[in-house]
Amino acid sequence: MSTLSERILGAAAGEYVDRKVDRAYVCDGTGMLTLETWKQMGAERLSDLPQLYVIFDHIAPANNSTTATLQHELREFACGSFLHFSDIGGGICHQLMSEGVVLPGEVVVGADSHSCTPGAFGAFATGFGATDMAAIWLNGETWFRVPDSISIYLSGSLRGGVEAKDLALSYVSTLGMDGGTYCALEFTGDGTRTLPMDDRLTLCNLSVETGAKTGMFYADDVTVRYLAGLGQKVSPQVPEPCTYSRELEFDLADIVPLVAIPDRVDTVKPVQDLAGLSLDQVFIGTCTNGRYSDLARAAKIVKGNKVAVRTIVVPASRAVLAEAIRTGVLADLVGAGCTIGTPGCGPCLGAHMGVLGEGEICLSTANRNFKNRMGVGGEIYLSSVATAATSALAGEITEPEVD
Amino acid sequence: MQGAGHAVCLGPDIDTDVIIAGRYLRTKDHGIWVSHVFEDLDPALAGRMSGTVIVAGKNFGCGSSREQAAIALRDAGVTAVIAPSFARIFFRNAINVGLPAIECSLSCIEGENVRFDLAAGWVEAGGSRYPIRPLSPRMQEILAAGGLVSYWRSHR
Repeated sequence: MSTLSERILGAAAGEYVDRKVDRAYVCDGTGMLTLETWKQMGAERLSDLPQLYVIFDHIAPANNSTTATLQHELREFACGSFLHFSDIGGGICHQLMSEGVVLPGEVVVGADSHSCTPGAFGAFATGFGATDMAAIWLNGETWFRVPDSISIYLSGSLRGGVEAKDLALSYVSTLGMDGGTYCALEFTGDGTRTLPMDDRLTLCNLSVETGAKTGMFYADDVTVRYLAGLGQKVSPQVPEPCTYSRELEFDLADIVPLVAIPDRVDTVKPVQDLAGLSLDQVFIGTCTNGRYSDLARAAKIVKGNKVAVRTIVVPASRAVLAEAIRTGVLADLVGAGCTIGTPGCGPCLGAHMGVLGEGEICLSTANRNFKNRMGVGGEIYLSSVATAATSALAGEITEPEVD
Repeated sequence: MQGAGHAVCLGPDIDTDVIIAGRYLRTKDHGIWVSHVFEDLDPALAGRMSGTVIVAGKNFGCGSSREQAAIALRDAGVTAVIAPSFARIFFRNAINVGLPAIECSLSCIEGENVRFDLAAGWVEAGGSRYPIRPLSPRMQEILAAGGLVSYWRSHR
């Protein structure tokens, strides 16, 4: 009787295992350091065991010549090796991994902390640093400590206007910024069946904000249908009775729109407690909330109106952008005065394309609001897409309509 | 492994954005990371990291996986980081670049001499010894080699 992590890693919680990696990905930032470190290890060829990916998303396109020169080196290497390569505008690494690439039961590592995101497919997916990644390029495997698992049991269904992001902020608030350290979060219960893949990706994405190694959903009919639509045939994973180190329960119907206030993701308040807080910028996007369903929800709210504050929308991938063009969602956003950025991470990490000035306040759908992260002296509040879009129209934090 | 340094006391939940901000990451010049380490926490800290032991609160190194955070501390001359708990990616990164990350609870007095002996399993400060949580055998091997690069160079 095993948790999903124990099943995939093939050992009991607390044991150390060496495990072949199925997929390993780096972004433009961590990829440069990975390449440098891999060369220092004396390697001459890449391991052919895992599928290896280099994905430009963090500062893409480059913000200055220094970055461009570093990216040039990594691009040349990626194109000259047996690596999968996605250049600027392709999208965020975690999103590309979620568009029919990562499959249930796989071991997936990314050189980015939010590589826990594809755990939504029932994979064991986690973030690494550059040197661990370099060793995987060299050897194709790595060591893991099989994590204890925390159950997040969900019942009921979310009310209209309330999003998976609100639930994510809620569980991060309950666990705290280190409540999940060294553990895996397993989302269980009947309530999971009401959550589409996009919601599951959002929920797994925030798991690292509790310190967790990964967040996971068991592959079910929702997973099977989603992946079938992307040409992948997979089977559901059946949960077994197992031992959790801690169990949390949430009735989805009780979740209300929330905002995380600076500078901690685990410090949340109901949106209505912050209503009227004046904003300088709204940012809708990232690996948390930049998927098509997110853009469509934002468009539905702003369509036919004008945003009252500068509003940056960054699709998570080229496929998301293309779908938003096809369905008219993009036209609705642009018509409402939103600015559209290149698919990728956008200003989330404070490097380009929408950083904040001293004293400015941003309401963002991202996953981190650390001090100075989006610009020195700027403050970041985190919310759902519905809260962000509703607030963009008002120019101040405003609660979305809840059914 | 043994070592010592003067304590720099930091609070809980120090994130890697605070250790080295995203705006300084795009370079191969480690000196830039060293000169801007902890800039958003206290700009004066960068100049006095050499020969120190950081004694922090829980969950040190949370957030971004940026390995530059661990490299910046190592290259700034930090001898070790001691905290009751670490964020797991930083923990692996630190050991992988040869920076001892020591899980241990002790109260910190700024500037006090702190000694540690990983093999013997203790940290000493203010005349008292505190037990540490031992590293896994693999992590001990990696740290003993001076980091994962040296480890792999000697294992090939």
